[in-house]
Amino acid sequence: MSTIRNQFSSLHDLREKAPVFLAVLFGISIYASACNLWLPEDSIFYVSTYTITLLGKYLCYALLALAVDVVWGYCGILSLGHGAFFALGGYTMGMYLMRQIGDRGVYGDPILPDFMVFLNWQELPWFWYGFDHFWVAILAMILVPGILAFVFGWLAFRSRVAGVYLSIMTQALTYALMLAFFRNEMGFGGNNGLTDFKDLLGFNLQSDSVRVALFLCSALVLALAYCLSLLIMSSRFGRVVVGIRDAEDRARFIGFKTENYKVWLFVYSAILAAIAGALYVPQVGIINPGEFSPLNSIEVVVWVAVGGRGTLYGAIAGALLVNYAKTRFTAVFPEAWLFALGALFVGVTVFLPQGLVGLFKNKKLPWCNRKKTGEEQS
Amino acid sequence: MTMFDTVKQAVQSLHTGLLPETKHPDIDISHQVLLYVEGLSVSFDGFKALNDLNLYINDGELRCLIGANGAGKTTLMDVITGKTRPDMGDVYFGQTIDLLGKTEAEIAQLGIGRKFQKPTVFEEQSVFANLELAMKVNKGITSTLFARLSPSELDWISQVLDTIGLKSHYRMLAGALSHGQKQWLEIGMLLIADPRLMLVDEPVAGMTAQETERTAELLTSLAGERTVVVVEHDMEFVRSIAKTVTVLHQGSVLAEGSMSDVQNNPAVIEVYLGEEQ
Repeated sequence: MSTIRNQFSSLHDLREKAPVFLAVLFGISIYASACNLWLPEDSIFYVSTYTITLLGKYLCYALLALAVDVVWGYCGILSLGHGAFFALGGYTMGMYLMRQIGDRGVYGDPILPDFMVFLNWQELPWFWYGFDHFWVAILAMILVPGILAFVFGWLAFRSRVAGVYLSIMTQALTYALMLAFFRNEMGFGGNNGLTDFKDLLGFNLQSDSVRVALFLCSALVLALAYCLSLLIMSSRFGRVVVGIRDAEDRARFIGFKTENYKVWLFVYSAILAAIAGALYVPQVGIINPGEFSPLNSIEVVVWVAVGGRGTLYGAIAGALLVNYAKTRFTAVFPEAWLFALGALFVGVTVFLPQGLVGLFKNKKLPWCNRKKTGEEQS
Repeated sequence: MTMFDTVKQAVQSLHTGLLPETKHPDIDISHQVLLYVEGLSVSFDGFKALNDLNLYINDGELRCLIGANGAGKTTLMDVITGKTRPDMGDVYFGQTIDLLGKTEAEIAQLGIGRKFQKPTVFEEQSVFANLELAMKVNKGITSTLFARLSPSELDWISQVLDTIGLKSHYRMLAGALSHGQKQWLEIGMLLIADPRLMLVDEPVAGMTAQETERTAELLTSLAGERTVVVVEHDMEFVRSIAKTVTVLHQGSVLAEGSMSDVQNNPAVIEVYLGEEQ
């Protein structure tokens, strides 16, 4: 009985679960970076810069999946619109990178980005002010999606919208944003979005070392987000959130204002998604309204479902695996990818309701038997 | 020492300062009445679930509500706990606190606990975690983020585990408990919240005879320190615990009094007890 007090402290879970995860994550990313930077290109161990950027992209997706798992896996809020927060984060970073181009654009205007010159705009719209400072972009990256998530969540959860209705609303949110960002008058580059970035904080985005740095940065941020989410989810707050998922009425009748819990969890998750988007944009070199597309958000849900809900590492593993499969698959047989994705989702839902992680948890695999049984008897 | 004594002792220790002190707001009970329900009407699509219902519960009382299906027992609990908004009427907690217009969580924090008809616990979490969440502590977001169990809270949980007989199951997922154990866990969750008023909906459904007996002992020992309102179909059980019984029929009070008064009331015999005889 006395041991349980320690197990109910957040740090316990962090000590249990984080070291393995961090070792694997940093092991692979540092190894890949070293192979890229210090091996000659003809070595068989050389990792190309293309691969580094691809891995960096996967890590951003993994962070996005983590964000979805926090709300869906732990609180049962199935958001089909997390791509919206990802894209908004991406746009704030994109705006900073556009301002960094300065007079090196095609039209050579020192202030206005190319697309504004092209549209014959005379001055910078007010919401572009300040984006030549990195810290403003970072602030906007947190505040804009955070406030949107707060307002959306506040309205939805106060009115006790839940289940399918909430999912449809999130889907509508991202769709509406996509249509808005497609419009040239919005001032975000319309159809083409923001691209042709040159440098970030003065470092050339095309250079190998910056690519590696961005990749390592993504790994670091993912690790931090994982540890922070683990801490939150293993605190009493996390247990309340799981309680809300399983029996919201019960949680209300023992005195928790469940709508507040849901709103703040949603905001936290939206900010994680936005950070993922902001890391993604300098690595892929473009952000356009296509990122708001409802399909993207649905894909994220598939990643989480494949990996397994409510474990954090499951979502990350799912995102990495499905995206690796996507890269391979679309190279060989591009038209069939969406069918494969659909089949994967159906397959996982029917045969692995707990995702790949469930295979280990339920000891369906022979090598998982040993440790658990001993623990339960004690 | 009989089981009754054990239970009674555990319950009394509630009031001897083991509990972390987050006091419920002062409730004015200068007229001995803890809960006022007056002129309450609720209708769903034209069906009057409650029809001008009046009910007064004294402080420290153990009251049983009986009535046929659809008499309005659960609806009444829904209104008191903030789940359902009435069309008309007043519900006051003590002399001063108007319960209508408050949310479920606010009402729970005032010290009104509720046990559902169908046992409702957090099935994916351990018995221990269920009690931890139900404990009377600050339920705000920041305090739950940084909460850490204090030794006295641990003792407190352990005592409630003793009272509800789930000590050896504290690590078990609540979903894996038997129906009767879930009922007890839910009662434990009520106890640990240290409520002033407990609304208990069908506490012995699905329990064995022995479990039923223990539940009766527990509820009787609670009355006095707290106020308990029990809704129950099991007439044997009601007979064993009740001092005052209120019979509901078609959304209003049909009769009120001691069990024998009620049993001999011709109107009651006709609409409710008559079915049994």
